[in-house]
Amino acid sequence: MPSTLVIGGGPAGLAAAWAAVQTGDTVTLLDDNPALGGQIWRGEIPSRYRRFLDPRVTVRTGVQIHSAAQLPSADRIILATGTRERFLPFPGWTLPHVLGAGGLQAMVKSGLPIAGKRVVVAGSGPLLLAVAAYLRKRGAKVLLVAEQAPYARVAAFTRSLWRQPGKLLQAAQLGLGLRYRTDSWPLRAAPGSVTLQGHGVLPCDYLACGFGLVTNTELPELLGCKVESGAVITDSKQRTTVPHIYFAGAGSVDRSILEGQIAGFDLERARALYPARDAAVRFDRLLDETFQLRSELNTLATPETIICRCEDVPFSAVWQQRDWRSAKLQTRCGMGPCQGRICGPALEHLCGWPAASVRPPIFPTRLENLLDLRE
Amino acid sequence: MTTDVLIAGAGIVGAAIAAAFREEGGKCLVVEPHTVGGGATAAGMGHVVVMDDSPAQLALTEYSRRLWDALPVPPSVEREHRGTLWVAADAEEMAEVARKHALFPASEILDERALYEAEPELRPGLAGGLLVPGDSVVYAPTAASWLLRLTPVRYTAIESLTPDGALLADGTQVSAGLTILACGTGITRLLPELPIKPRKGHLAITDRYPGFLRHQLVELGYLKSAHGHSNESVAFNVQPRSTGQILIGSSRQYGDESPDIRPELLSRMLRRAVEYMPRLVDLQVIRTWTGFRAATPDSLPLIGPVRDRVWVAAGHEGLGITTSLGSAALLLDRLLGDTPAIPPEPYLPERFA
Amino acid sequence: MIAVLINGRRIDVEPGTTVAAAVMRLQAGFRRSVTGELRGPLCGMGICMECRVTLNGRPHERSCQLLCAPGMEISTDA
Ligand SMILES: Cc1cc2nc3c(=O)[nH]c(=O)nc-3n(C[C@H](O)[C@H](O)[C@H](O)COP(=O)(O)OP(=O)(O)OC[C@H]3O[C@@H](n4cnc5c(N)ncnc54)[C@H](O)[C@@H]3O)c2cc1C
Ligand code: FES
Repeated sequence: MPSTLVIGGGPAGLAAAWAAVQTGDTVTLLDDNPALGGQIWRGEIPSRYRRFLDPRVTVRTGVQIHSAAQLPSADRIILATGTRERFLPFPGWTLPHVLGAGGLQAMVKSGLPIAGKRVVVAGSGPLLLAVAAYLRKRGAKVLLVAEQAPYARVAAFTRSLWRQPGKLLQAAQLGLGLRYRTDSWPLRAAPGSVTLQGHGVLPCDYLACGFGLVTNTELPELLGCKVESGAVITDSKQRTTVPHIYFAGAGSVDRSILEGQIAGFDLERARALYPARDAAVRFDRLLDETFQLRSELNTLATPETIICRCEDVPFSAVWQQRDWRSAKLQTRCGMGPCQGRICGPALEHLCGWPAASVRPPIFPTRLENLLDLRE
Repeated sequence: MTTDVLIAGAGIVGAAIAAAFREEGGKCLVVEPHTVGGGATAAGMGHVVVMDDSPAQLALTEYSRRLWDALPVPPSVEREHRGTLWVAADAEEMAEVARKHALFPASEILDERALYEAEPELRPGLAGGLLVPGDSVVYAPTAASWLLRLTPVRYTAIESLTPDGALLADGTQVSAGLTILACGTGITRLLPELPIKPRKGHLAITDRYPGFLRHQLVELGYLKSAHGHSNESVAFNVQPRSTGQILIGSSRQYGDESPDIRPELLSRMLRRAVEYMPRLVDLQVIRTWTGFRAATPDSLPLIGPVRDRVWVAAGHEGLGITTSLGSAALLLDRLLGDTPAIPPEPYLPERFA
Repeated sequence: MIAVLINGRRIDVEPGTTVAAAVMRLQAGFRRSVTGELRGPLCGMGICMECRVTLNGRPHERSCQLLCAPGMEISTDA
């Protein structure tokens, strides 16, 4: 039986593993989190997708892939390594009450009580609404959802949803009862508060903040897949530029699931899903345009604002460097244990520096795990 | 465009030369295609160390170490006088300890007990060691940019040498009174006749563990591995950084010119380190990288003229951070006609002519 | 319920609770940055390294990726 290895147990990875099992493959799925479901589901997989948890899939959680040499051999590899939030530095963004939007949601899903807490959700993109709705359901007082995008764009986008009734319903449900404000973004945070553009100071227990998503391209890149402007290059069957390696799961949940299935299925079944996937890709493009980050966000960081949280490198040290590599070598920016995953996308935005190349280990790992690597 | 001195390469060697020459009033221009201190200089461990494979190596490293100590580097260079602890595994290596002790005036022989007092994380059963207190550790990329702080850098490569200077990759003709090639392994593109070969090395660095390690540690078996010109070797070589991080080396390898990590060799290098320091297995490795040393057949650099108005300073192999300052001083003495502090002959390129 | 020790204080948490959530429940700080600032979790997904704690004597463990297990001893910088 041909074998398929799936890396990542979020919507795309689960869909891919399930689809691959349908084609008769022996399937192994690895994920670094303690539970399946990825960042979005986190162990709480919606009932209509439970079928993806096919008992024929061998699942190993808590396994972090840091080097290519660590991958079990397989006829086909499907990478579904997901996305992370983009954070943009502003004064006070390193304070402990400031978390990612997805970050705070993840903490609540994993046991942080939020009932009665005052939360401001800020940044950009549809994730803000999803997070706000979730937090509210868990009893948080969501004071405001501040979206940096301009009103006109968001309004045009909402109108366009008429053509996608399912989505509209979702958006309406999400929006229900939330104070949503466009043209607003965090200017600075101080202990116990945030100052928002156009709104002034808001006292809060948490500021949950994210500026869109960045694809985790480290593993694809490590395996030699071509990555261009932050996206893994794939063909219609989700094949990367490396034979036998597929990539699925850029963008929204719906798209991720479709991409996962297309990667997992045989060609014939996959083809049937192309139109739906292509529509999802178009929808994601619309989202990208709507929630494009405005240039004012590039002026939030002051000279003292820390850009690299691992090494505490202030913006003043970084901005005079010629490029990412000089910044790393001369200021230690990006040289800490997050390996530039937080400051890299921020600097891509602030200074226009493209991401640097990757080397194993792509995550910090105990030295013991590197003792038996093979070619 | 004209300049008195044109320097190719903004590694530690080119930077040291620029700093030395600028002080004597010459107009210098440095050209560098990538970033300051981004070549071998970024890859190396930054161990400023006296080595004695040959009398000439001893002379150059000792002289250079003195120059480093006299250099008022800023805090960004992270200089620390950690000292080198040469670790002897057995009686044979203790004999080497005794021999080195005679050569290094301030060094101190450690017996087994003293060794563990100095470095409690070493595995039991080692014979002893030699502590050389004067050796230090620097962070070379910031040292290079500090040395270059007053010299203009033009971000392009030297494309080819011309009778009165060089043609730059951006199309500029530079006429120079003197051209100095300090472009590390890149030099063979300009002067293919030089006997310089890239010798690849791997390194790994951990997260911060302050206090885990106190000295720069090097196994004495190092000598066998570094100077046997076998194709691939590894040695136990660990260094405490001022951040509390542990830098772990090292490997040496000919014939592999790809900058990619060779997983098997990386593992071998780390296993060697663990043989000496078992608890390293628990530390988090946050990064690995490779670099290329510019190696010569006799393990000594090429410092001096190769043709009319063209000098070189390259081939420093695994010691170029240390010997950069000595190399620059020898060239400056030559320029000024001064008597150098150490005899320059062993390093003259003409020895291979 | 699962009992863990955080900076010597005992806390009982539901199964499925991460160490990061447990630390936040106690309102203990997480780590001190290299210049001494107090930091806490940012990404919640094992990427930012801001939630690192010392777990059973091992420093630099990402608390958001670890589930509480009986008897764990966790210490933080603050
Ligand atoms: C793994 C490893 C560990 C090491 N550890 C130590 C140590 O502990 N102690 C020590 O003393 N030494 C150590 N070294 C050696 C040391 O790093 C080198 O000897 C030293 O950095 C050489 O400096 P350089 O300026 O000659 O070369 P480089 O730093 O390589 O600089 C050469 C520069 O020239 C530029 N260049 C190339 N071609 C051209 C061109 N045509 N025109 C213009 N510019 C050009 C390059 O871009 C580069 O920036 C180590 C080396 C390695 C690889
Ligand atoms: S919160 Fe980012 S790694 Fe744990």
